Amino acid sequence: MAKRNQEPLVHITKRGTLPWFVSWGIRACTIVLAMVFCGIITILVTGENPMNIYATIFNGSFGTPRRVWVLLQNIAILLCVSLAVTPAFRMRFWNIGGEGQMLAGCLASAACMICLRNIMPNWAVITCMVVSSLLAGAVWGGIPALFKAKWNTNETLFTLMMNYIATQLVAYFIIIWEVPKGSGAIGIINQSSQIGWLPMIGSYKYLLNVIIVAVLTVLMYIYLNYSKHGYEISVVGESERTARYVGIKVDRVIIRTMLLSGALCGLAGVLLVGGTDHTMTTTITGGRGFTAVMVSWLAKFNPIWMILTSFLLVFLQRGAGEISTQFGLNQSFSDILTGIILFFIIGCEFFITYKINFRHVGRKGGVPHV
Amino acid sequence: MKKLVSIIMTIALLACLFAAPAMADDATAVKVGFIFLHDENSTYDLNFINAAKEACEAQGVEYMMKTGIPEGQECYETAMDLVDAGCNIIFADSFGHEPYMIQAAKECPDVEFCHATGTRAHTENLDNYHNAFAAIYEGRYLGGIAAGLKLNQLIEEGKITADQAKLGYIGAFTYAEVMSGYTSFFLGARSVCPTATMEVTFSGSWYDPTAEQEGAVKLINNGCVVISEHADSMGAPSECEAHNVPFVFYNGSAADACPNTYIVASRINWAPYMEHMIECVKNGEAIEVDWTGTISSESVLLTELNENAAAPGTAEAIEAAKAAMVAGELKVFDTAAFTVNGEKLESYLADVDTDEAYTGDTEVIADGFFHESEFRSAPYFDLRIDGITLLDEAY
Repeated sequence: MAKRNQEPLVHITKRGTLPWFVSWGIRACTIVLAMVFCGIITILVTGENPMNIYATIFNGSFGTPRRVWVLLQNIAILLCVSLAVTPAFRMRFWNIGGEGQMLAGCLASAACMICLRNIMPNWAVITCMVVSSLLAGAVWGGIPALFKAKWNTNETLFTLMMNYIATQLVAYFIIIWEVPKGSGAIGIINQSSQIGWLPMIGSYKYLLNVIIVAVLTVLMYIYLNYSKHGYEISVVGESERTARYVGIKVDRVIIRTMLLSGALCGLAGVLLVGGTDHTMTTTITGGRGFTAVMVSWLAKFNPIWMILTSFLLVFLQRGAGEISTQFGLNQSFSDILTGIILFFIIGCEFFITYKINFRHVGRKGGVPHV
Repeated sequence: MKKLVSIIMTIALLACLFAAPAMADDATAVKVGFIFLHDENSTYDLNFINAAKEACEAQGVEYMMKTGIPEGQECYETAMDLVDAGCNIIFADSFGHEPYMIQAAKECPDVEFCHATGTRAHTENLDNYHNAFAAIYEGRYLGGIAAGLKLNQLIEEGKITADQAKLGYIGAFTYAEVMSGYTSFFLGARSVCPTATMEVTFSGSWYDPTAEQEGAVKLINNGCVVISEHADSMGAPSECEAHNVPFVFYNGSAADACPNTYIVASRINWAPYMEHMIECVKNGEAIEVDWTGTISSESVLLTELNENAAAPGTAEAIEAAKAAMVAGELKVFDTAAFTVNGEKLESYLADVDTDEAYTGDTEVIADGFFHESEFRSAPYFDLRIDGITLLDEAY
């Protein structure tokens, strides 16, 4: 009798591909659910009206024209790093070193701004910044790739550890370049001469970054989907053996792709240091190298969808920050809200990929009713 | 792609339209926007946050607080955001916020920007940008007296000889603010215990419990018998409590955590300055370019003395010294009280107008004492006086 029914109470099966509107419908519902849940938590803690809370979240990103620009700028940088790590991800090379590659770019930019300011004209300094940052990022991404290609080391650990080396290098150079001595901060580099500052378009501080990243998004889409390199990356990602069989030089693809990935992280570094922040700190990247993993993943490595996922993450982050200010809560509370929302979003990917089957009640007796 | 961007832009535009009317109200009332480096879990920021609440409630003005603002572009963005929200005074609490406050001040001439611990207000020549600090060296000097009396007690009890009266101090960086702090502490101690010497170690961070704890271990192993510090964590105090070494703290009381060894602490009270800046804006008066709070204006305070750890007579000695300071009879950096390379100083050019080469530019010794925090609010005393040994200078 016990043997007759071996079916477990629940079991999980993989779904076929869902039509795009169903999967995105599920995602939209998840966000709504996450918002409701956050609302409940906030009401329990603060006793505020949930509509106020949602209005505050919205206000955090769209309350004033300045906030819209800050939102766009944050999206641009996050999207830039996400685009950078995507080719590696498509190749199943888990580059979680975006943070370090970006910091390497920041360091190179800051070094050019500080060391070359008195010996070169502004345009030459900017050229050096761009070139050296791309190179620095590429080297930082290239080292783990070389080890992976030659000796099959674990790229996740390797890129992660490269992050710490980059952070400590930046900390070291901050002590060398700090103003005034002993303060542990560089401050705004070339605040009066503005040497090495990327040009502003009109009176819009952040427009240049937004345009560069928008162009980069389109280029990356074309590169991944319509170029020979993009195809090779996909093949290596699907199966290295297949790639070898059809004559793709896998080692070369890995190294080439990581050089590109690192260089684009370096580009994000220039945009940050030269474009907007004009300083360097060990926390300047703000964890974007890691957030980028999520942006890229949620968008299924599709550059166009990444616009939406990076918007979503930045929007939530800024909204959560605004809640903290308006309702007198500290920063930890906004981290809690962001955590809840991300938990829902990542959780929903599970339900899109897999289906949960419950044991059929009717089958219990062995004879179906009706 | 185009569609997405246009959707985002449309939403943005609509949002701006809705938000615009909300921004326009209440232009005349005073509203203060505060920018804090961390939140209330940091003793440094908590000291500011408490003062901000106290001052704004006393003055009956509206205020907004932004916590966890790093020393980067976010500081500028936050300052501008507070201006958009109708604030007409912006206050920031961390040294590294300064260049971003200046950037914002240049763009908003109608808003007053007040920055604690900064050094550049007197050289920037902006009407709406101001620095403030407190003469905390006065408080540290009084703390030093408590430490010196403790040394005397240990000598009298026969636990150490007069030659072994060695103090220890944990600093963050070899920065003028820190050097001014440990020197005044040492001078306070030596004013009551003439044989006192001191060793100083640096942690390389304003907040690093482990490094501060290691610093305390190093000093205790070197034979320091009373310890003080200029850093924000409980790392060193808990180590001192474990080794039963008395210490003088900074920025807050440690009486609960270290009942046997904590003697007293000095701290800056920011409420008087915050009330002052609000009053100035209310009355349409200009705020000083540099404002230095003193022990007389209650900007420098001592916490309650822990009688368990303090030597007998400490409270009376501190009171007497404080009265002399308030009366102007006692100068902390009296040139008769210290020597540099064996010689009494008659003249010293300090780096008051910060430049990258740290060249001295202002004569700060006159009338027989070093005029600390007079030519600008932030400390500039960076002399290395005899009797103090720096163990490491990596930072």
